[in-house]
Amino acid sequence: MTQLIEVSMVVNGERRSALAEPRHSLAHFLRDKLRLTGTHLGCEHGSCGACTVLVEGRSVRACLMFAVQAQDANITTIEGIAQGDELSDLQRAFQRNHALQCGFCTPGQIMAATELLADNPDPSPDQVRHAMSGNICRCTGYVPIIDAILEVAAGRRESAAQQVAE
Amino acid sequence: MKPAKFDYVAPESLDEAIALLAANPDDAQIIAGGQSLTPMLNFRMAGAALLIDINRIVGLSGIRLGDDGAVHIGATTRHRDVELSPLVARHLPLVHAAMPYVAHVAVRNRGTIGGSLCLAEPSAEWPALCIACEAEIVLASPRGRRRVTAEEFPLAPYTTSREEDEILEEVIFPAWPANRRFGFEEVSRRAGDFAIIGIASVLDLGTDRRINAARIVAFGLGDRALLLDAPSAALLGRVPEEAAVAAAIACADEGLEFDSDFHASAAYRRRLVQRLVGRTLRAALGIKTEQDG
Repeated sequence: MTQLIEVSMVVNGERRSALAEPRHSLAHFLRDKLRLTGTHLGCEHGSCGACTVLVEGRSVRACLMFAVQAQDANITTIEGIAQGDELSDLQRAFQRNHALQCGFCTPGQIMAATELLADNPDPSPDQVRHAMSGNICRCTGYVPIIDAILEVAAGRRESAAQQVAE
Repeated sequence: MKPAKFDYVAPESLDEAIALLAANPDDAQIIAGGQSLTPMLNFRMAGAALLIDINRIVGLSGIRLGDDGAVHIGATTRHRDVELSPLVARHLPLVHAAMPYVAHVAVRNRGTIGGSLCLAEPSAEWPALCIACEAEIVLASPRGRRRVTAEEFPLAPYTTSREEDEILEEVIFPAWPANRRFGFEEVSRRAGDFAIIGIASVLDLGTDRRINAARIVAFGLGDRALLLDAPSAALLGRVPEEAAVAAAIACADEGLEFDSDFHASAAYRRRLVQRLVGRTLRAALGIKTEQDG
């Protein structure tokens, strides 16, 4: 008799619920039960970072967390980053800097970068490299990803300074 | 890459978790951060009929300072919380320095000290840090509490002296003396990868300004984190200067055996031990030099 649990969580600001087996990972739950397929599965053992989501604002490898463990948690996925059709500054910077090619790792990169910039609005290039080291990319060679993140950090500091001046 | 079916329970007290584990002797596994267990479950290299999730047990995580200056870290405390803790930065500076080397941020957000110690991965930082700090590990079971030294806890790769019905409850780090100096270095292929070799060194200076205690601990060696007796002993009673560092480097690899594998040759590993012993000791003593041992 398979144990089935009603798992309920807040995803991108919306309460979502579905039945899950205990062995269903958070990634599986988001993709298959909630049809949020922006979170990708690259390795399913915590090495690649493609499945990175935010749980209570902290980056988590969704393949290493079981959905039942996220009961009543606040989850942010890549689907929650844009404002409707309006891409976020991070997404636009990735686009401008060619920080994606096939796009498979990109949701995980964006989620990891989101946490990085929340923790540290003024990171050095080395700090960006260190913080992003858990996200593997086969296409870009990483440099444009680092550039995009630094560009966003600079842009946000500039608008914050302008706001203060006004 | 999907685990086999298991049942799941998330007790809210340690007593309940202990009882569940005791009631399911061959079938149950404890899950904390899941950063090591879940990959194994996904690969089906590990299995459990029942997963006992201890993340909801209040009081099992947390960092506090005892009246005697000892630092108590609860078993389910996340590496990231240790990394960001001002208390740890102030009272366990070696641990503070080492935390950024533990895997990647996303792993540190979930992974726990208890999980790392119970896994006993030979290239992990926590077992080595605990040995360097002479920490004690508290294990809880139906029989009560038992303390084991950090040195005695890891037996072999992925094997510890934890009994099957014991749950690691907390780790106690003795008060950090004012006259203690430390150094920490780790080499890996990519930031966050498993260490090829890592060294944690602590030195205590006596009132005569000589080194009166030294613990040089290596990890990544293959079996378990190891206190390096020879270079540690070589420092005792010495004036803290480059000559002492040289004496430690000269015997740093004594009695150690190294393997070659995909990541590094045995010769490279041996050289790393020598260099990192040198670097950590110089960092501890504030010696800057052109040479690198």
